[in-house]
Amino acid sequence: MVIRVNPTRMELLSLKKRLVTAKRGHKLLKDKQDELVKKFLDMVKQNRALREEVERELIDAFRSFTMARSQMPANVVEESLMIPSAKVSINVKKENIMSVNVPRIEISQEESKNLYPYGFANTSAEMDSAIRTLSTMLPKMLKLAEIEKACQLMADEIERTRRRVNALEYVLIPQLENTIKYITMKLDENERSSRTRLMKIKEMVMQG
Amino acid sequence: MHKIGVIADHDTVLSFKSTGIDTFPAIDEAEAADILMKLAQENYAVIFITEHLAEKIRDKIDLFRDKMLPIITLIPSNRGTLGIGISDVKKSVEKAIGADIIFEREGRE
Repeated sequence: MVIRVNPTRMELLSLKKRLVTAKRGHKLLKDKQDELVKKFLDMVKQNRALREEVERELIDAFRSFTMARSQMPANVVEESLMIPSAKVSINVKKENIMSVNVPRIEISQEESKNLYPYGFANTSAEMDSAIRTLSTMLPKMLKLAEIEKACQLMADEIERTRRRVNALEYVLIPQLENTIKYITMKLDENERSSRTRLMKIKEMVMQG
Repeated sequence: MHKIGVIADHDTVLSFKSTGIDTFPAIDEAEAADILMKLAQENYAVIFITEHLAEKIRDKIDLFRDKMLPIITLIPSNRGTLGIGISDVKKSVEKAIGADIIFEREGRE
């Protein structure tokens, strides 16, 4: 493919400039992509390990919670959990990894004296342990949320960057190179034709 | 300050009550979708939702995929995991790299 331009010296110069810019842009984007992929791979490995861990532990916790509930009347369970003893809130900040804004979560947990929102009279020991596990799970779950989101955002950014790199590498740069070649050849051709014309004229003048 | 919410079926929600995060029991996917859209507009930064509900409101969850907040994270429910969470991680890898190199490689070992 050749860009349709007038084969003039002016155009040739501006195309050459554009080619240089395109090549530099391509190199920069390529570097960005490599770095992003490197970071992404590190992160996604963590993501995977953490997700497996959280899922396993959560299922365990749910299981012991279900066991605990089965040992107590339903209304007692509801009643004892009605008012939570802890209040968790978080602060989400932005962090920039290779121009991708990823969230960073800070947990600010109001320390409560008592982890358990109920008295021990009516509840079973299984309930206590299930609740303890779940409370310790929370920071891990938030970490998972944070990493997983970062991975998703980075995956999107990598895809976008790859598209741009490819567009430059396989479309724009070859197009510019072809056009430059076309103009150069056209200019050379013009020069040759004007030279032969001059020679011809000179011959005619000599004869006359 | 941001809040944390969890959308799950009634039984799973009960387990989270004591952890101090906001719990929203949802019976079916329509209710879950309503709650999700509502929480997204409020000051919720992290929303946990069970895979059982999430698989039916995929389109709603995907709306927030490329936004930084809220973070929607799938968790297993007390009926176990459906493997959607982990396959989403896999999909991210495929999207970014073009091929699934992390899971595949370890599977072969």
